[in-house]
Amino acid sequence: MIRFQPTPLDQMLGHAVQIFPDECCGFLYGKEDEEGNRVVTEILIVDNAKPGDKRRRFEIGPRDYMKGEQYAVEHDLTLLGIYHSHPNHPAIPSEHDRVAAQPYFSYIIISVKDGIVDHVRSWRLNDQAQFDEENTLTIQTIHQSI
Amino acid sequence: MATVIIPTPLRKFTNQQAKVQIPAKTVGEIIQSLATNFPDLKKHLLDEKGKIRSFVNVFAGEEDIRDLQEENTLVNDATLVSIVPAIAGGISL
Repeated sequence: MIRFQPTPLDQMLGHAVQIFPDECCGFLYGKEDEEGNRVVTEILIVDNAKPGDKRRRFEIGPRDYMKGEQYAVEHDLTLLGIYHSHPNHPAIPSEHDRVAAQPYFSYIIISVKDGIVDHVRSWRLNDQAQFDEENTLTIQTIHQSI
Repeated sequence: MATVIIPTPLRKFTNQQAKVQIPAKTVGEIIQSLATNFPDLKKHLLDEKGKIRSFVNVFAGEEDIRDLQEENTLVNDATLVSIVPAIAGGISL
């Protein structure tokens, strides 16, 4: 289960809309309880470092990643995962997403259609390096869970 | 001896340790030592040929070891070595 506090949720969705039709990306910070339930309390917007066409790909540069880890240390937060958008595509991880994915992280994907957030889903790698859906994060259920 | 910073997603393989001290003279020795001491970490660091995976970046201080002497990059007691996973994805390759 992953939930969002209102401000980081609004920031993340706003970022996805602002960057459309490019893919956006950023870090998710917060806390995880002993049962593995996660609450996102902050996000950090990161530049999509992918050279060239950013409408179908994203990349977080290694120096930005190191800053992201440092931010967690400085603010006593846990780096819970990564968000990115799929412009005009469903929020389902691609093979590209899966191959590059890290264990532990929550991967939030925001589907943006014609500049409007359509739906949001969250995924995590299982021990077989396949994605499992963390829960069903439709926009409605996100707001209901806050 | 050098200090290695383990990224958050890989800490489950290092008993939740964020920093590990490793006696070594090169980055290559550090990576091999990590793979030996934390067997579950190995597949996330090394490919089938025993080389650092393409999805893994290693920094010595602020420098990518690919811009230095790669795995032969020397380290000392003051060197902070960071394991940095490549973060990428998107709709298509």
